[in-house]
Amino acid sequence: MKLFRRLLPWILLATALFILPAFLDDFRLNLFGRYFALAITALAIDLIWGYTGLLSLGQGIFFALGGYGVAMNLMLNTKSEAGAKGIPKFFENYGVEQLPFFWQPFWSAPLTLVAIWLVPAIIAGVVGYLIFRNRIKGVYFSIITQAALMVFYHFFNGQQKLINGTNGLKTSTTELFGMLVGSPDMQLWFYRITVLLLPIAFLICRYFTSGRFGDALIAIRDDEQRLRFTGYNPVPFKTIVFIVAGALCGLSGALYTIQSGIVSPQYMTIAMSIEMVIWVAVGGRGTLVGPIIGAVVVNYLRSLVSEALPEMWLFVQGALFIFVVVLMPDGIYGWFSKGGFAKLLAAFGVAPRTATYPQLDLDENVRAEPKSIAHGRD
Amino acid sequence: MTEPLLELDDVSVSFDGFYALTDLSIRLMPGELRSIIGPNGAGKTTFLDVITGKVRPSKGSVNFRGQSLLGLSEQKISRKGIGRKFQTPRVFENLDVIRNLELAASPHKNPFGLLYDKIPVAAKDDVQRLLNYIGLEPFARTKAGKLSHGQKQWLAIAMLVAQSPQVLLLDEPVAGLTDEETSRTADLIKSLAGQHTVVVIEHDMEFIRDLNAPVTVLHQGSVLTEGRIEDVKNDPKVIEVYLGQAKD
Repeated sequence: MKLFRRLLPWILLATALFILPAFLDDFRLNLFGRYFALAITALAIDLIWGYTGLLSLGQGIFFALGGYGVAMNLMLNTKSEAGAKGIPKFFENYGVEQLPFFWQPFWSAPLTLVAIWLVPAIIAGVVGYLIFRNRIKGVYFSIITQAALMVFYHFFNGQQKLINGTNGLKTSTTELFGMLVGSPDMQLWFYRITVLLLPIAFLICRYFTSGRFGDALIAIRDDEQRLRFTGYNPVPFKTIVFIVAGALCGLSGALYTIQSGIVSPQYMTIAMSIEMVIWVAVGGRGTLVGPIIGAVVVNYLRSLVSEALPEMWLFVQGALFIFVVVLMPDGIYGWFSKGGFAKLLAAFGVAPRTATYPQLDLDENVRAEPKSIAHGRD
Repeated sequence: MTEPLLELDDVSVSFDGFYALTDLSIRLMPGELRSIIGPNGAGKTTFLDVITGKVRPSKGSVNFRGQSLLGLSEQKISRKGIGRKFQTPRVFENLDVIRNLELAASPHKNPFGLLYDKIPVAAKDDVQRLLNYIGLEPFARTKAGKLSHGQKQWLAIAMLVAQSPQVLLLDEPVAGLTDEETSRTADLIKSLAGQHTVVVIEHDMEFIRDLNAPVTVLHQGSVLTEGRIEDVKNDPKVIEVYLGQAKD
């Protein structure tokens, strides 16, 4: 059993890398690639919410920024996308002749690979530091992050001349290494990259949540004031995890964008950022396995429900959220790890296996005892 | 005569016109043990809030070893060597008992220190010693939230000691403890005095008598009287504020 536990992560990784691609068609595999990309966002939210108690409703900002980063690079480096001026065609619709300055670094692939996580990290650092330094906590933190999200959403939505506004940037028709990004071969590679990056994101989160740094995070979540009186300044701790979470969301957004084929301000809607929080709540916050389960399960369910009953998903999602909050406050993973399954079986009359009193009565030796005593008396 | 370690001079605190402290002056000498009593609303907790930086006084000065504490953040004051235990035992409930103590005992309290440096052996030994002393060794790996009320009180005091502060401010250290626990706490506090300056705020008169330390009585935000417990108890002014004036 112990060996199995040690091997389990490798088994899961091998399953995702080799078995799923063999059994699933291109379309399904691509969906799973997206789920795994979203799982990285769920991990990031768990880091700041589940461990540190910062309920951010604005992670969509960082997610979308990562997506825009990779999309800008692909647009610039695709010949078929280039218009007469050598810049992406959509600019012509708005009469833009010169590439906006912030597009320039995205000509370079290495710079793009850094920017997709560094830009969100820097923005998270600045926003986070200002919020935390002013001791804004709890609901006020959530409201501010949501307000920031709306600012970004409206900015990106309205700026056709800078980033194609509400239409977003389409990546599926762009090219990379001479191949169409939307092609099955390319998508398989993106799937593999995602599958390999998800465990790395997991390890990053584990690095920050285990050990004494993680203790400090939990202490901040449970009683920040008390931690101050113990001599700790919570501000740098909170800023650091917010930066890490921002970077992970950026990475996640980039991976999601290349697999979904488009990035648009839709990624910055309030609903999207709240859904991200729901994945974590459903999976189990305060654990690192929970959010991955949550992101994959909820999004898989979403695909299934949307295919069968397209209008029903929002109701199902709402019901799922209420169900989890009321009946499984620790989420799916927390429910399992706290013996919820055994309790459920017990509710249906299947007694859990224990060596305590009622079971002891059924033991053959114990049953034999009164008989032997009675026998001896005869 | 030695310099006072902690000195409050003419401190007033007003919350929207209501004065929680009015011209309060208290001096604490190094190694001194001091009890502070007073009826509800006398300003006992506000007095600690002012020292630890939670509340900023509207007037007056607070000096620690000759340096002003005014305007410093809670964590800076704590790092200077002033530790505080709260009225309710505030421990980190989702951390193991030993992790609670290690957080308090850790000499580096910045994020990178916690990420890269191991906790020093000396601090680990301190934690072990404290665990033994408070009798929580068997619960070292138990979540602090699962402890009984008395155990939490002890853990909170132990965390304070683990910070190795020069001044310990104890707000109701024996609230909700059994008689036996109370007398053990008194022993602990007496053993801490001498090396540390200890301020105890309590309602439990038995406990105050046990401590056998100079008593300061606060009333309506300022010092009513100071002295030995026997003298204070017989002081007509003290009896009046506690029991109310007899109406003739």
